[in-house]
Order: sequence, then structure tokens, then C-alpha cells
Amino acid sequence: MNSGNHDMNAPDTINHDPSRFSYYVTDAFYGELVEAYRDWQREDLIVADGATRDRFRMLLDREARLLDRFLYEEWLTLYVPEFAYWVPSTVEGGDPRSEIAVTFDDRRRTEDRIFRFRTGYAWSQAPPSRTVRLITNVEVFRTAVPTTMMVRSNFIINEFWDNETRMLTGWCGHRMMEKDGRWLIQCKQVNLIDCDQSLRNPSIVL
Amino acid sequence: MLQRSGNSGGFGNGFDWDELVQEDRVHRLIYADPDIFQRELTHIFGAVWVYLAHESQIPKENDFITGKLGLRPLIICRDGNGQIRALYNRCTHRGTTLCRWDKGNSKSFQCPYHGWSYLNNGRIRGVPWPDGYAMDFRDPKFNLAQVPRVESYRGFIFGTLNMEAPSLSDYLGPIKKPMDEWIDRNPGGKIIVCEANRLKFKGNWKLAYDNSADGYHVIYSHRSLIETEARFNDGEKGMSYYKNSPDKLEMYVAYTGNGHHYKDKRPNLEKRAGGLWAIESLHPGMEHFEEKLRARLGDKADAALDLAGSEPMNINVFPNLSLLGNHIQVIEPVAFDETNAVWYGTKIEDVDGTLGEDVVRDINSLRMRTQEGFPNLGEVDDITNFEQIQRGLACLEDEWIYMNRGMDMPERFRTDEEGVIYGPATDEVFMREYIKEWKRLMQAEPRLTVRREP
Repeated sequence: MNSGNHDMNAPDTINHDPSRFSYYVTDAFYGELVEAYRDWQREDLIVADGATRDRFRMLLDREARLLDRFLYEEWLTLYVPEFAYWVPSTVEGGDPRSEIAVTFDDRRRTEDRIFRFRTGYAWSQAPPSRTVRLITNVEVFRTAVPTTMMVRSNFIINEFWDNETRMLTGWCGHRMMEKDGRWLIQCKQVNLIDCDQSLRNPSIVL
Repeated sequence: MLQRSGNSGGFGNGFDWDELVQEDRVHRLIYADPDIFQRELTHIFGAVWVYLAHESQIPKENDFITGKLGLRPLIICRDGNGQIRALYNRCTHRGTTLCRWDKGNSKSFQCPYHGWSYLNNGRIRGVPWPDGYAMDFRDPKFNLAQVPRVESYRGFIFGTLNMEAPSLSDYLGPIKKPMDEWIDRNPGGKIIVCEANRLKFKGNWKLAYDNSADGYHVIYSHRSLIETEARFNDGEKGMSYYKNSPDKLEMYVAYTGNGHHYKDKRPNLEKRAGGLWAIESLHPGMEHFEEKLRARLGDKADAALDLAGSEPMNINVFPNLSLLGNHIQVIEPVAFDETNAVWYGTKIEDVDGTLGEDVVRDINSLRMRTQEGFPNLGEVDDITNFEQIQRGLACLEDEWIYMNRGMDMPERFRTDEEGVIYGPATDEVFMREYIKEWKRLMQAEPRLTVRREP
């Protein structure tokens, strides 16, 4: 799993490589995310343009397919180097500086999660869940910055694990940023509809 | 194979408890029998002091949360006089739950079904069209039932239905010492509950209580986490100290009586400020906040960083409370084969102004992430193993579960003047001792009562 051109397990002298070190998760980073996710789903900010919506819908469909197929290296190419994967434990999202989340991962911990799956000893994923993700209701919202967009989508993850198929459902807020003509995910906020309830084996990447 | 013989006089009366719980092993039925579970709901969850909530969840007058005592739905609130009460969340009229919200602030609760309403001290306030009743609805029998004894120990609220139970302080006994140390490492001895990692598993609640001080499972059940923690270093972070002869290390497990016990891994650390932070595994924001705090606090930074570190203690207060790292884990029985394990997070406060608000915010920003690590990357493997135990127990003819590690090896233990038994970290002595207490309670005939305001 590479974020740059090097093996994530190799000794590294690039001090701020986010696969190896966590310097970017700062008070300002948290503050910016909390602000970005506060009041973004406004009618006056909807991008009513089919082509834009299609572009982001294709990106979300691709993300779902890569996760369903465990292609984590390819999946991570959809993200900026310094991203957050955020599963709040309250329906309001909350402030991750002062509230426990189901998950608040930076790049390194996301890669930890994937490394753990591959150790062969991650009993919660041995054998691994099989998933089929359905993504729908994609809506794009502009922000004050033209190179940042917010994308809302609804999801159903059908997860087969331990002899049964269950449904994880909710909605995602993807914070997208344009870099060199490509749109990349800067934060994926996954809002499970039962995020504040006890969850059985919440170990897959949502 | 053991058979149930009749069922007169209440759930689980037909069992031979001495047969079910032996010195070295227990019978599968104590995890797998619905009648034994029903009996636990009175003989354990009711007869002893059961953890209900933390005071920081209801800081102000008229704050409430909903919770449970066993399966009994409760409203745990601070009434208008500041008194903490555990009201049965059950309308005295027809039995409806009164409050369906997780938390809030309210002086009264009105039943959604017929509109009977109650003050948060449990007194009935009014009923619609009272002239249709021949008697006075203000009869105390219509006041809400409430847990008759509710006491706090340093912010931890417990309740029991057993008027003959000892005081909470006596019930806790020597487990108070590690609890005090766990609490007092935080500024002003104060912690605030701040949401939770909430998990559930399809297994009996005792599988979680068996586990938390079990030093024997760590190296295998958590192998994926330990390997992950070591992927950038020589394996000196997190729980890596379990890898080599854990029984030869200074960490230990202690059984303190009444079912309570703890595992203390602190002796493995370097005895200095920063010793805890030095073994903390990698978490989001770690390098940034550490540099920032060191630049700001100088040689005081180590102690501050330790506040974000995961306190290496597993303190288990029978039957449903564990203090693990910085989490308050609450075990909630749901059915004989289903349990919620709610890991409430805790944050610190700038109690006396010495740390400063922004330093506290930075510590908490780190502390949230250190807490999320284990439930995400470790506990999921344990609860999978709990579920697979429950599945294995479907083997009816293979009846026994062993907890005999360290048994008949007196050289592994010492007992102090308070009767606390100390043993090596992988020893199952705490399981043998707590399950003996469980058996005593299941054999007893406790008298449970509720109270109503007069």
C-alpha cells in the first residue's frame, strides 16, 4: 500500500509522510472538518448540473467497487495524502476532539486497519466479510472554495459474515478537493443510521 | 450429562450449583441456559450493587439518561434537589415505558399512552380526568417504583434492590484502591464521559467479564493488533510486553473479593513521567500534538502526554463495570446469548486552571484517538471469539469449560492481610474466584424490593 513511491513498511526518513507519521491531524485540521460538516446540505448550494453529479457518482461507485473487491491500494488512490475517515458515534457528528467516534482514522491508521486484515490473525475478519455496496441519492453541494465540493450519498452495505447477511445503512458526506484536475476525497464521513447504538462486529471499512 | 429437574419456586431452582461450578471448571449451562440467565437478573443484577451511570452524564439538576438494571428499563436522573435517583421507566398505570430518549433534561415524565405524568422524584403529578377514578390517584402506590438504594463512589453511580446488601463502600472493598488510582491520575480526580464505542455480541455476558483481566488470551486473540502495532518498530509499543514470558514480568492479576479483580500492567512501565506515553502505539495526530505540547510545556510535557496515554489497568467491578485504559466499559446483558459491551470514552477537564484550556483540548484530542484504537483493532477480535465460544457450547455432550490455569500451584500466589490474592498476569485465579462468588449469589435467596415516594 503506497501513498507515495515507497513501501509503507520500509524505514522512512521523509518525516511527514502521512503513511508513516501523523503530523497533519492538528487542531486546525479538526476545526476545519467540524466547520465543513456543520451546515453544508443547503438548497442554495446544490450543484444542479448532471455532468458534475455524474462525475462524482462515478467516483463513489468506483470507491464502492474497490472496497467490495478488497483493492485497498487502488481505493487509497482516490484520497488526498492527508485525509480523514470519520464514522461519528452521534447523529449530529459531534466534535472529534472531545467526543469518541466509532472511528476517526488518519491515513496511517487506515493503513493499520488494512495491514491488520492481512496479518491472517484478524479473527473478526477470518474469513472476511463479503460485501455488496449500493450507492444512491447522490447530491453535490458547492462550498465557498471552487476546488472543494461536498457530496452526499445514501448507502446500503450488504455484508455477509458468519453465515448471515446483514445490512449496514446510512449516508456519507464526502469532502472532495480538486488537485491537478483530479477530484480526490479529503474526508469521508460515514453516518450509520444506528451510529449511537451497539454495533456487532464493526470491523470492515465502510 | 446434567439435566434440569423441575422448576419449582422460580427460575433456575432445579440446578445443582456445586455440580455446575467446580474448582477447576464450569458447566456450559452457566453460559447457555435461558433459565440461569433469568435467575441472574434477580440474583446478580438486582441483589448486588450494579453500576448504573457516571455522574458526569447527568451533571445538572433535572438531567436524565435512560439505562438498565439487568433488563429493567430505568430513568437515571438528578432530581430538582440534586438527588440522584434510578426510577423504573414504567408507568404505574399500564406498564408503558415513560421515556424513550437516551438523555435529556426534564422535571417530569408523561406517559405517551394515557398521559399519566410524574415528577422526576418519582411522585405522580397528574392523570387525565381524575374525576373518573373512585380513589385518589395521589395514593403513593401510583408513584413510580425506584431502585431503593442508589449510591455513588467518586462519580460512579451504583444501585441495588437488596436492602440487606452491604454499603457500596464495603461492597467495593479493596478494589477501591486501584479505582482511586485510576481516577486520581486525571487532573482533580475528574473525568467526563464523552460518547462511546458501542459494541454487541451474540454471547453470554460473563464471556466479557471472564475476559477483561485475562492475560492469557492477549498474545493470541490480539495477535493481529500486536503485529500491527509493531509494523514500524521493534515491537516495544502497545501490548507487546505480552510476547515474551508474560508471567515473568512485574505485571500481575489480583482478586479483591466480591467478584472484583484487576490486572495491573503499570509495573511493566518505566517509572517516570512519560513512561506511559513511551509505549503508546501510533494514533492519529500523535506526532503533531506531542511536538506541540513539548514545545509549550517543556519538561512538564511528559506528564501531560501520559494523560492521553491508555492507562494499563483492567479493573473489573462485579458484575458489569470495567475500567480499561481510559474507557469505562459497561456490560449490559440482553439475553442469555446476547450482550452489549459499551466502552464509554472519558475526557479530562482543566479543573484548577493549571493546564490551560488549549492544552486540555490537545490532550483530549489525542486521548479520543488513543481510546478508539483498541475497540476498533482489538476488541472486535475478542467479541468474535466470545461469539464462537457461544457457538462451541452448542456441543451438548462436551460439557465443561476450564479455568484451571495456575491451580494447585501455590508458589504462583500470595495473599495479603486484606485477603487480596495476587498471581501472575496469565493466571485464571480471578475467574475461579469470581465464579465462586457467582455461585454463592445464585444459591442465595435475596429479598429484592423497590421503593416509592411516600
